[in-house]
Amino acid sequence: MRGGGFWRYLLVRFLLIIPTIFILVTLVFFLMRLTGDPITASLGDRLTPDQLAQRIHDAGYDRPILVQYLEYLGNVFTGNFGSSITDGRPISEILFTYGSATLELVIYSLIVAFIVGIPLGMVAAYFRDRWGDAGLRVFAILSYATPVFFAGLVLKLIFSVWLKVLPVAGRASTRTEIKIQGLDSQTGIYFIDALRTGSSAAVADVLAHAVLPALTLGLLTAGVFLRLVRTNVIGTLSRDYVDAARSRGVGEYRLVRKHALKPALVPIITVIGLQIALLLGGAVLTETTFEWKGLGFQLADYLAKRDFVAVQGIVALLAVIVAVTNFIVDIVAAILDPRVRY
Amino acid sequence: MSDTTSVPTVQVRPPWWHRLPIIQQLRQSVGLQRGMLVAGLVITGIFVVVAIFAPLLAPYGFNQLRGPDGLFGAQQPPSADHLLGTTVGGYDVLSRVIWGAQTALLVILVAIVLSVFLGIALGLLSGYIGGWFDRITIVIADAIYAFPSLLLAIVAAIVISGGQSSLWGGIFAAAVSITVVFIPQYLRVVRAEVLRVKSEAFVESAKVVGASNARIMFRHVLRNSTRTLPLILTLNSSEAILTLAGLGFLGFGIEPSAAAEWGYDLNKSLSDVTSGIWWTSIFPGLAIVLVVLGVTLIGESLNDLADPRLRARRKPAETPGQAVAAEQPAAREELGEVL
Repeated sequence: MRGGGFWRYLLVRFLLIIPTIFILVTLVFFLMRLTGDPITASLGDRLTPDQLAQRIHDAGYDRPILVQYLEYLGNVFTGNFGSSITDGRPISEILFTYGSATLELVIYSLIVAFIVGIPLGMVAAYFRDRWGDAGLRVFAILSYATPVFFAGLVLKLIFSVWLKVLPVAGRASTRTEIKIQGLDSQTGIYFIDALRTGSSAAVADVLAHAVLPALTLGLLTAGVFLRLVRTNVIGTLSRDYVDAARSRGVGEYRLVRKHALKPALVPIITVIGLQIALLLGGAVLTETTFEWKGLGFQLADYLAKRDFVAVQGIVALLAVIVAVTNFIVDIVAAILDPRVRY
Repeated sequence: MSDTTSVPTVQVRPPWWHRLPIIQQLRQSVGLQRGMLVAGLVITGIFVVVAIFAPLLAPYGFNQLRGPDGLFGAQQPPSADHLLGTTVGGYDVLSRVIWGAQTALLVILVAIVLSVFLGIALGLLSGYIGGWFDRITIVIADAIYAFPSLLLAIVAAIVISGGQSSLWGGIFAAAVSITVVFIPQYLRVVRAEVLRVKSEAFVESAKVVGASNARIMFRHVLRNSTRTLPLILTLNSSEAILTLAGLGFLGFGIEPSAAAEWGYDLNKSLSDVTSGIWWTSIFPGLAIVLVVLGVTLIGESLNDLADPRLRARRKPAETPGQAVAAEQPAAREELGEVL
């Protein structure tokens, strides 16, 4: 069955992300331009009308919107998102510099979410409708009900201000930052950079800074994983083959892990793909809470400055990331489950 | 059986209010699930009461800076005059938490009304007309659905108000931003139901009898396709609060002089936390958590009750509505699964 059909499926799914990206980029472009040109928005109260008109003309914002749109599409296609208005930095440079910080945060949070969410989901499913289950579900609902920035504030208050065991904000202390800047080339992933400096103090410092942001964003996602694993494992636990395995004398632990979790994994993976959108939204808020200088922190900063060219660039990039992740997830799901087909 | 001659068979049917959405589920639930549903209803009820009677309950106005003894002062710790202390801007925390409930409720109501209307209308059209219109709507809806909702809400908020605004301007900006995010979900659900119902015999027969398209759509299709909506409604109310708070936290909230908004207050308390001032952030934060918790508990229970796999074992799915709902769990993460 696999052979040609699979490759066709892969191609179709790949072609499907193009309209998705196209629609998102178009939508963001026109929505942002509904409010007027970006120059007036960010500098309108600081420049004289003449200067303003000059800047608008220089940037080409006085041309017909369709011309601008086509030019924008062409630029996006070649990876050129223009330069931010307030500080004149190329958007692609901003994306590259701060994207790695966001990636690092997202990876840490996913690790937390997997370690916490999946085992607890299995436990909740096993103790279904009993107290263990009730407690875990309250935890899951709480993790959903708590805005990620409030969770961050509370963790900060407890661990950084009251107990003084973890740093308040930032990605590293100044000393470590200087050490990392001293490297010939930086990956932007501080953990890797700190390892390359060869200083264990730097690594410890970077990790200490990552604990609270990772927990904040990770626990939010863990709640979702927990609920998902619980629902799906409950579904598979009631199947006949689980009863059959139990009657053959398979241990309860093995029963849940091997017989119930595995078939439940496919829907879980599919949904994790959708969670990437939630995760990125949460990252924006987490970064703002902890001054974690990633895309989300920059986005909030540019939003405050009304620099809509930069905002548009960051939003477009995030849209592309979401679309690509969904594509990868679809493919992984198809490989795992022969029934998901074409 | 002997008195059936004169008495109509009404006795057999439960009273009409037993079939109301929430009441029906309340009667159907048992044990823990009933506890969750009741807890959710109680918390949500308190929230609504506080929101409606905010002017009577709050000791001060949401933008009041001075009392009879002069200015309140900034960052005052909780005391007899200010039970929950004052903020960095010199407002009374308790009052702003109470008034914040009103803002939140208004945003939820406007957002839900807008998205239900637009979502249902689009879903009906898309499902009933089909063809190219359907395909284009679905592709756009999918693209929007995959997008981080907070970012979409930010873009929408920029479009509507350019960021800051007055009470109603801010409420509409937040509500419309949230609506943009929700429409795809309503559209999906309604469309799926329309497609299901459309092929049923009674729609066919209505066509044969010669009913107009509009009549078929509203009379026969819509009334039969709104069963799963209460589930999504509760889930979206909680998302509306979180999105509003997120927008406020990023500085897209409503000005403090125009209304009280929890997310905005949390943003202002960011620097307080570092210096150990806890009362400015904990209380508005807890308010958000409680309200979302209440609404989510209701949503979770409704979802569980509609899903035979999850319902506490008592009786099988009774109505076709529940059977359908079972195939379409409406919890946010599972919506994706069925798409």
